[in-house]
Amino acid sequence: MDNYADFLLWVRGPAFHIALAIFLFGILLRFFEIFSLGRRTEYAEVRGNAFLGGMRTLFTRFLPEKTTLKRILFLVIAGYLFHLGFFITFLFFDPHIVLFKSALGFSWPGLPAPIINIVTLISLLVMIALLIYRLNHPVLRLLSGFQDYLAWTITFLPLLTGYLAFHHMIHPYPLILALHILSVELLMILFPFTKLMHTFTFIIARWTTGARAAQKGVSL
Amino acid sequence: MLKTPTIGESLRNEGISRREFIKFCATAASLMALPATMIPKIAEALSNTPRQSVIWLSFQECTGCTEALTRAHAPSLENLIFNTISLDYHHTLQAASGTAAEEAREQAMHKHPGEYLLVVDGSIPIGNPGYSTIAGISNQDMFLEVAKQAKAVIAVGTCAAFGGLPKAAPNPTGAVAVQDLLRDKPLVNVPGCPPIPVVISSIVAHYITFGGLPDLDNLKRPLPFFGQNIHDRCYRRPFYERGQFAETFDDEGAKQGWCLYKLGCKGPVTYNACALFKWNDAVSFPIEAGHGCLGCSEPNFWDAGSFYDALSIPLPGAAKAAAYAGIAGTAVGIAAGALNMYKKSTAIQQREVVTVDDLERK
Repeated sequence: MDNYADFLLWVRGPAFHIALAIFLFGILLRFFEIFSLGRRTEYAEVRGNAFLGGMRTLFTRFLPEKTTLKRILFLVIAGYLFHLGFFITFLFFDPHIVLFKSALGFSWPGLPAPIINIVTLISLLVMIALLIYRLNHPVLRLLSGFQDYLAWTITFLPLLTGYLAFHHMIHPYPLILALHILSVELLMILFPFTKLMHTFTFIIARWTTGARAAQKGVSL
Repeated sequence: MLKTPTIGESLRNEGISRREFIKFCATAASLMALPATMIPKIAEALSNTPRQSVIWLSFQECTGCTEALTRAHAPSLENLIFNTISLDYHHTLQAASGTAAEEAREQAMHKHPGEYLLVVDGSIPIGNPGYSTIAGISNQDMFLEVAKQAKAVIAVGTCAAFGGLPKAAPNPTGAVAVQDLLRDKPLVNVPGCPPIPVVISSIVAHYITFGGLPDLDNLKRPLPFFGQNIHDRCYRRPFYERGQFAETFDDEGAKQGWCLYKLGCKGPVTYNACALFKWNDAVSFPIEAGHGCLGCSEPNFWDAGSFYDALSIPLPGAAKAAAYAGIAGTAVGIAAGALNMYKKSTAIQQREVVTVDDLERK
């Protein structure tokens, strides 16, 4: 691999296959692990519908309750901006859609590049703001470990390299494109084994919390 | 021995006027992105220099590169520039054949040792010397012999520059590029399948004028021609920005001339001057004709997945990787799950029941 063109071929080929394999393997492993643990037997008298309670909590938790919301308003707004921005960029940039179509067999309309551009820029700035907040907030800083900073980094890199690639800020273009794909592969490899699994597990966690409470007759 | 005529003399013999000649020098300067003040220098150098001896070796190739060069329209830069060189050996274009042809090569080598330019098209097989021979001499031997006395080497076409089609997986002949065998000579790669003719002639003009090769990129391609990618110079670029793509070759988007990214255009990662110089006397180039760029001036473009898969689609093999990962993940997951359940049931079995009476007794 003595040039960027071969580097690009390697990231688009073998490296992607390895990353995809680890990603899928890890996710399956985590799910089997979580579900095989099961739930502890509930001895309390049944006072409500567990399923409906779980479903309700799944959605009510999209917003924290009022007093908490006031205290962490910045985190909620910034959190939403980043998550929406990340997923809009991820799911609605045309070159990405082509990839999904080849993998899933169906596609959806994309957004014009200038919109994706602004959304990406907002996401990047918000992520930086969130990192500064984390580093300056005494409690949050204390709670943050290596994994939190790792998760931030591997989420930030695909956005950053994608932005640099889109604007041809690093030459030659195949090099920055390859680095962008490589950063996504890094994200895919570490995804199942870090807190990033919350992309999927938040559903299970919220539902279980709501279901347990509902069964006991507590409304959340 | 007859004095070798200068380029100026031979052009005058051809009936080419001073005016036409200066026009040609201006074109050459602008093509190579040189300032206008360089035009007199180019004119002076070309007029007073004896015609440059060139030996052209064709190895594992399809003659497409030569075909492209001869398709140049007259009176073109290419025709003019070919009056500035003395093409002493070229399989396809020379009249001589057999022993006489090989003699011409020997003669050129001995007449201008260390002075001639060597142009190579085609890759060189090193798997077995018998895979490709000329007059019983293996390509590798002939290349090394001629290259030894060459002043500089120009690798014309993707096969000579990067190995090209012969080197594509599984590379049955063990094909290598010129740069894999050449160590101590100035080398310029002019890739393309075929390369743009004016690039070859402009490099020769540059060589004669300045006595050296133009600035090269990291793949040894001349920067004046390979400094920008197709995508950045493509007239369809605005459609890419707006998200307007042709989805098939015959849909409304294709008729409207929208971007061909989704149909596999490799323009974004391909460095060449097609979008600027175009082909067939600047009539058109592949994207203008409605087909995506194949990326033919980049290394290993034959092995870069389907020509019709978009750049963002990974190379073939993802489905297989996913299937193996799925099977392995499920198997290990079930094993881990079984272990979990075993641990859980053991814990329940071994639980000691402590009653209030037990506690009071203590």
